[in-house]
Amino acid sequence: MNPQKENVKTSAPKPRKKKIQFSKFYPDFLIERDWDKCIKCKICIRECTYEAHGWDKKRETLTEDHSKCVGCHRCEAMCPTGAITIKRHPSAFREHDTWKPWFIKNVYKQADTGGVLLAATGCAVPFRNYWDHLVLDACQVTNPPIDPLREPMELRTYLGPKPDKLEVTLEDDKFHLQTKVGPWIKLEVPIMFAAMSYGAISLHVHQGLARAAKELGTLYNTGEGGLHASLYEYGSNTIVQCASGRFGLHVDYLNAGVAIEIKIGQGAKPGIGGHLPGEKVTEEISKTRMIPVGSDAISPAPHHDIYSIEDLRGLIYALKEATEYKKLVFVKIAAVHNAPAIASGIVRAGADVVVLDGLRGGTGAAPTMFRDYVGIPIELALAAVDERLRQEGIRNQASLVVSGGIRCSADVVKAIALGADAVYIGTPALIAVGCTMCGRCFTGKCPWGIATNNPDLIKRLDPDTAFEKIYNLVHGWAHEIQELLGAMGLNSIESLRGNRDKLRAVGLNEVELRILGVKHAGE
Amino acid sequence: MAFEIDAKDLHYRELNKLIRKAVAEGHKHLILKNVNGQRYIAAGVSAQIDIDIYGVPGLDLGAFMRGPRIRVHGNTQDGAGNTMDDGKIVVEGMAGDVVGYAMRGGKIFVASDVGYRVGIHMKAYMDKVPVIVIGGKAGDFLGEYMAGGVIILLGMYSRYPERPIAGIFLGTGMHGGVIYVREGLPETQLGAALQIEDINEEDEKILRGYLQEYCADLNYDFNEVMAAKFVKIRPQTHRPYGKLYAY
Repeated sequence: MNPQKENVKTSAPKPRKKKIQFSKFYPDFLIERDWDKCIKCKICIRECTYEAHGWDKKRETLTEDHSKCVGCHRCEAMCPTGAITIKRHPSAFREHDTWKPWFIKNVYKQADTGGVLLAATGCAVPFRNYWDHLVLDACQVTNPPIDPLREPMELRTYLGPKPDKLEVTLEDDKFHLQTKVGPWIKLEVPIMFAAMSYGAISLHVHQGLARAAKELGTLYNTGEGGLHASLYEYGSNTIVQCASGRFGLHVDYLNAGVAIEIKIGQGAKPGIGGHLPGEKVTEEISKTRMIPVGSDAISPAPHHDIYSIEDLRGLIYALKEATEYKKLVFVKIAAVHNAPAIASGIVRAGADVVVLDGLRGGTGAAPTMFRDYVGIPIELALAAVDERLRQEGIRNQASLVVSGGIRCSADVVKAIALGADAVYIGTPALIAVGCTMCGRCFTGKCPWGIATNNPDLIKRLDPDTAFEKIYNLVHGWAHEIQELLGAMGLNSIESLRGNRDKLRAVGLNEVELRILGVKHAGE
Repeated sequence: MAFEIDAKDLHYRELNKLIRKAVAEGHKHLILKNVNGQRYIAAGVSAQIDIDIYGVPGLDLGAFMRGPRIRVHGNTQDGAGNTMDDGKIVVEGMAGDVVGYAMRGGKIFVASDVGYRVGIHMKAYMDKVPVIVIGGKAGDFLGEYMAGGVIILLGMYSRYPERPIAGIFLGTGMHGGVIYVREGLPETQLGAALQIEDINEEDEKILRGYLQEYCADLNYDFNEVMAAKFVKIRPQTHRPYGKLYAY
């Protein structure tokens, strides 16, 4: 018994008082309106899905509620007179290196709601970004660089197990390959589009990704939300995903693509499942996921039929049997401490491709603590996994695909030099279609029409534009990769794969150098 | 005429090839003899066909399948009906763990006991309602994360009289569907935030429908099965985690 509690006076119920919300007092952003330029056309009101802009009827003027602004810049971009600027709100707390505004505001939010902090995008903590400490080699004097504009340059990549050795016979002066190889997946560029489910992002973005993958000769990944009927025609450029929720997963779906990815984990939230909030389960989403409208789509943390490497082998071969060994099976894990040992198990379980998703991997929704503090950077995980698989003599038995924090073509080149066969990009593809990284994907209100399925909002991004922007991005990166390869004197991406001698580190310590298997610049 | 396959000494890959070949040739009834732990039998098979299995099928019997009606004349190992889409699996004995994981349609009738994690994340959509009927008892986590469909637990034909009818954490995280339990169960076995309710007329109708079919398939006495009171466990909300977050 709590004596203090016992003595509490039971007075008559007071009139309901509005609860104080500390988190609303200190806005993140400031909407600055230049009244000389503003023509009161109210476009800002229509464009803002968070209702940060308003109209005061009495005073016949625009109003703004800074506390509702998420910093998406939609109003700023759409304002016909350029009258709006979105700035960081200048209201400041006293300087404190430990208690930065981020932590103070998060405490307010949780004190107000008692909830779990939710975030989107990838890890926002400035852990060392190893890509930015790695530099590439180039030819000078002793060996000539190659100009990809006048000489062929091959980016073609084959995913799938490679044989330990090739048996060749000579008959009638011709060589004949005796070893049975494949099935393999041919990529014209070693950049694929990462799993982002229909539901998390709009159908138009999916259509854009699918078309871009087809035109570029690469693959996109359905994510775990099933495959919309309009996308079956892109099958030869599709990876279908099998996650723990098994949404929209049936025989036609499994057979629709060229590969099936078993999603064990993702870099943004290792160790926990997914959760598409009921608000985002609209009529169309419901059809594709095959769950009722408005129902939460919950993916359990583990696949409950996989509690071990043996069980994983069980599912890998169940999928292979169900698709008659015509599809490659990918297994995707978040990069965690024991990634090398786990990857070894995945290869031995029969996966054709191992996917590692690093700490900085993006998401439409993850608990902030997971997004920021669970998992390890992809650069270290990749180097460690590639090394481990080589030591065990099984590196050829599966391809290695990495993702999570790849921002430019040089990151792709460095990843391949560290041992990756190909990379997945998610966030860059979304930024290409207008994402401003405001990180509010989980609200379903994306003002750019990307991370939403609100029928009015998805019109803001049509599939043709999505296709064109994504295609352009990868087209540009592909040419940059050719240039970088040429400068190193290589004419094929295959010659770069795992070729860590083409990398040097700047400003890393000995442990980091050892794990990355890279020499320091100057060595 | 039934088409017979002798599974003795066959690897599952060869066995499945023979099954798919027989399906492609238009056979409507297959009899698999001497099955001894072969995995993935009829996995991904999309056809209206009857399959009689003699022996013990291995992991993931009928995984992803759409349509086949399988009768196991004996026990079956783990993962029967994994992510099954449509069809029917009748097991004349016991079934292992993870029966009907993420099952979307069709029926699984087990004569006796099942293991752990049965019916996890089953889901229903429109006219597709997956159904699992268990004649014996179930291990822990029955119907965990259940999003739709029907599980009926009878507890009558068990090899383990000393055990409770269901293990612990029944229906944890359940956000759709319904679990019926004959003669009720102790609250200690329930997952968090679930309640045991009495059944109504609508439930009675559902139970009668499925149990009539179940009893006919397994040669049980329907009147005896229906002679006891059933209870039901349903989720309180289809959005169990709607208020979890702060943003």
